[in-house]
Amino acid sequence: MEFLRDPITFIGNWLEGLLLGWNIAPGVASALVQLLGAFVVGTFSLALVIFTIWMERKIYARIQDRLGPNRVGPWGIFQTFPDMIKIFTKEYITPDGADKVVYNLAPILTVSAVILLWAVIPFAPKVVGTDVNVGVLYIVAIGAIGTLGIIMAGWSSNNKYALFGAFRTVSQMVSYEVPMVLALLVPVLLGHTMGINSLVQAQSVWFVVLSPLAALLFFLSSQAEIGRAPFDLLEAESELVAGYQTEYSGLKFGMFYVGEFLHAFTISALTASIFLGGWRGPWAEQLPILGVAYFFVKTFVVYFLVIVLRITMPRLRIDQMLNFNWKFLTPIALVLLIVTALVEKILQLLGQDSVLLRISVHLGMNLLIIWGTVEILRRMARKERQRVGEPRPVAIAPQTPASD
Amino acid sequence: MLNDWLFIGLFFLIVAIFPGAPILIAGLLAPKRTTPAKTQTYECGMETVGDTWIQFKVQYYVFALTFLVFDVELVFLFPWAVAFDKLPLVGVISGIVFILVLFGELLAAWRKGVLEWV
Repeated sequence: MEFLRDPITFIGNWLEGLLLGWNIAPGVASALVQLLGAFVVGTFSLALVIFTIWMERKIYARIQDRLGPNRVGPWGIFQTFPDMIKIFTKEYITPDGADKVVYNLAPILTVSAVILLWAVIPFAPKVVGTDVNVGVLYIVAIGAIGTLGIIMAGWSSNNKYALFGAFRTVSQMVSYEVPMVLALLVPVLLGHTMGINSLVQAQSVWFVVLSPLAALLFFLSSQAEIGRAPFDLLEAESELVAGYQTEYSGLKFGMFYVGEFLHAFTISALTASIFLGGWRGPWAEQLPILGVAYFFVKTFVVYFLVIVLRITMPRLRIDQMLNFNWKFLTPIALVLLIVTALVEKILQLLGQDSVLLRISVHLGMNLLIIWGTVEILRRMARKERQRVGEPRPVAIAPQTPASD
Repeated sequence: MLNDWLFIGLFFLIVAIFPGAPILIAGLLAPKRTTPAKTQTYECGMETVGDTWIQFKVQYYVFALTFLVFDVELVFLFPWAVAFDKLPLVGVISGIVFILVLFGELLAAWRKGVLEWV
């Protein structure tokens, strides 16, 4: 019975007991169990990719009015395995003049950075790698390692297109970190903690209800961090061949692919944890296994949104991409942070701790900011239309002098 | 507390195995027949002209600098946000002034034309 309620904690306790029974020092025993836990988390996240690749291809196909993979297994669910076998037998081609160490390290670093994020993602109240008290900062820091991996790949390939891809990475991924961090500050402010699991515990009201704008900002800017459409400028096929991965082949290329898919799923999991209440739901505290189910349902809902966004949006141009970040997302995020801080403090000073009031005031302020932004955008669009509407200089046929 | 960091430390130690081991295995399985033509740098059907590590557009550098200013200052806001409910009103106001300074920086950069892609 205990096993069915919370299998993972049960196995952990049982293993630690077993190791203690073998006269291993308690510190070493717990370290061994943690090592095993880290191994399980890493393997699990990589195994998830096999499923998400299939899911993404299937949804992609359906939206484009195709069938998608449907030959291997029911609904083509095992399609990824033949693909993997194929890519395992592909030759590695290292281009002339490549910086070998950096070139080989780049795909490993990119995937490692994504897997490391899974250390702080809570699946259930107690089923979590670790709840470090600086979880949000950890996410931001590890995200930067992934960016570093892509820059290394582009630089070391000794290829101009790859180098252009790396340049664009610098401007894109690095820029979008600013609104992402600002949007992450809002839940930290509302939950008074930086640990991801503590943030989930603080969400008696989901943060997406308290601050839908912060959730939207985080979602949009993390799309750019993943580096896929509409923000896939770093590997834009029609401009840069394949961007930073041009010179990669075989499984080294495959690892970038895995890293991208896993990153998309990880970001969905983080969005679900930070804004949608993670494992929270009816009876999740008593039945941890139910919490895991809630967590995955929420994650897959967000992941579905990510896929739909990828398929339905055209690629942005680089100046549009940067304008969207610096002139739209960042100012809104700054205003949102100021407003949230003021509202939260005023409510606290007035001694109002009714949940309903808190929700309505926060939600109202968020909607007000959204309305103001839309209004400003409409004014600007109107001005733009008028500018276009003015008579443009056109070539006019020379007037023939009146003949008389 | 220390146990939390032990987990992350162990994770850091073993994490390279997950992508590294498949790459090594694939290296053993895959054929190795390199020819000079195969390892040439790819360049749309032509041979690469000149140095590949070219100079980059200065605009990228400007954006990286703008980011640096913001990111460093944002890190200071995290402790403020965590201790938010224990702060007096003065502390909150000073935090907001700090954010307003950030906003001013953004507007200054905007007016100076730093944020334009040229």
